[in-house]
Amino acid sequence: MTELSHLPAWRLAELVAAREVSARELATLHLARIARADAALGAFLLVDEAGALGRADRIDAALARGEQPGPLAGVPLALKDIFVTRGIATTVASRILAGWIPPYDGTAVARLYAAGANLLGKLNMDEFAMGSSNENSSVKPCRNPWDLTRVPGGSSGGSAAAVAAGLCAGSLGTDTGGSIRQPAAFCGLVGMKPTYGRVSRYGVVAFASSLDQVGPMTRNVRDAALLLQAIAGHDPHDATSIDAPVPDYRAACERGARGLGGLKIGLPAEYFVDGGGINPEVERAVRAGIARLEDAGATVVPVSLPHTKYAVACYYLVATAEASSNLARYDGVRFGHRAEGTGSLLELYCKSRGEGFGPEVKRRIMLGTFALRSGHYDAYYRKAQQVRALIKRDFDEAFTQVDLIATPATPTAAFRLGEKAADPLAMYLADIFTISCNLAGLPGVSVPCGFTEAGLPIGLQLIAPPLCEEQLFTAAAAHELATDFHTRRPPELA
Amino acid sequence: MASITSDEVRQTALLARLALTDDEVARLTLELSHLLGYIEQLTALDTAGVEPMTHAVPMDCPLRLDTPAPSLAADDALAAAPRRADDYFEVPKIIEAGS
Repeated sequence: MTELSHLPAWRLAELVAAREVSARELATLHLARIARADAALGAFLLVDEAGALGRADRIDAALARGEQPGPLAGVPLALKDIFVTRGIATTVASRILAGWIPPYDGTAVARLYAAGANLLGKLNMDEFAMGSSNENSSVKPCRNPWDLTRVPGGSSGGSAAAVAAGLCAGSLGTDTGGSIRQPAAFCGLVGMKPTYGRVSRYGVVAFASSLDQVGPMTRNVRDAALLLQAIAGHDPHDATSIDAPVPDYRAACERGARGLGGLKIGLPAEYFVDGGGINPEVERAVRAGIARLEDAGATVVPVSLPHTKYAVACYYLVATAEASSNLARYDGVRFGHRAEGTGSLLELYCKSRGEGFGPEVKRRIMLGTFALRSGHYDAYYRKAQQVRALIKRDFDEAFTQVDLIATPATPTAAFRLGEKAADPLAMYLADIFTISCNLAGLPGVSVPCGFTEAGLPIGLQLIAPPLCEEQLFTAAAAHELATDFHTRRPPELA
Repeated sequence: MASITSDEVRQTALLARLALTDDEVARLTLELSHLLGYIEQLTALDTAGVEPMTHAVPMDCPLRLDTPAPSLAADDALAAAPRRADDYFEVPKIIEAGS
């Protein structure tokens, strides 16, 4: 039997429900792994050892009393430090929120607890989810468990590293321009960004409100379905959450075993062009993944998304404009960092923010504020919203011909720490294949589709029309059945 | 659309309520000019008559019943306040005497 630390989350929940393994055993085992490995990895910002053991004991006691086990009974999870957790510090890896202890749980967190999950701690990330390498964390860098000289991706880099290294059984990330799918691809995981509005964002620190979405990061497809099942659905606390029934995602995964007959998959030419910067090794693995979908019965046809090349420019106006507005709340008054020795309220605001935010966050607030300035609004922000409409229209058009779209998740495998850190635009272009999904509000998933010769994971991205997560799970499960990538493990850390 | 001057960077920083050092102003002037240069490619695209997209999914403004419900207690809301006076957040004086 595979060691407990690398069993699927769904299997751990079965073992705990059957009382073959206790929640405490799982918590203890994973806490020991974190203590051993995380100094080298840097995935955790906070390990809540006492809290995790207390929650484990309460889960075990409830089962001993004969209470019905939840679908995530005893499963040891850790969360990106963007999820607001009552009594547990939540910092978005920023100095401006260092040490902030929230007075409430966000909806996704509350729903995980209600499903019986345990929480081991909070995970590293790019500050305020702004970045593609985790190098913008104000606390420490995080490393890729497949190669410690490389980045885990970002912004949910700690989540990807911790799940891949077996320090937790699964995680939630957030995805504004690829922050779930890109690190999942870099670390060999399944990472899904659901439809905009599918998961409540109440209690998730906001970055760009028309783009942000919560989703699972796991070692296999069925685990992703299990986590999404627990957190999806309408929430009166989030006005953008969609009031639509949540289908049975596990059943959708099981349908993958029956093949993909009748499924039509579009290949957008614009994602495979020479100028797109796609690495040949990545392209080969992605095309092999698409061939597996064909072997399972899907038909592959060319489609066109002609406005793809404008997506990064469009995104960096929309996302930064919204961020500049969202981050106005950090003013040194109600919570977070407050500068000392200021004489006026204006000085208090400016100094607290100047001291509290890191370089990338300042850069984006500045770009967003510039784009929204009177006199600039039409030329920048309104123009970007129009281009966004054209990008969405491309997808609407393509989905009249196909059920799903397949693309690379990233142009390259994981790059080295420091490689792009000095060039903001090079870093932004690392998200070129994931950004359009957010602009169009569509669900997308990255699944492992191969490895480079150097042993780095590669991700295949599948994109579906709004609220068609089931089709993504079915296709992803069919692909997984034809591979063993999800069973491979990075080297054990001392 | 074009590049940005260091004066514009300082004005924008004030609008954004960000205190920047001279080094930061110099670096941001270069970086933002570079980024705006990249973004300029959008001007090549004809968007006449395209309705701006403000939301990822079409939706009406949702309404809810206006019924009272429990909310955060004052002590919980104030627990993380850097400076507190009784049940208030404390800030530097805003209005000077006689003004």
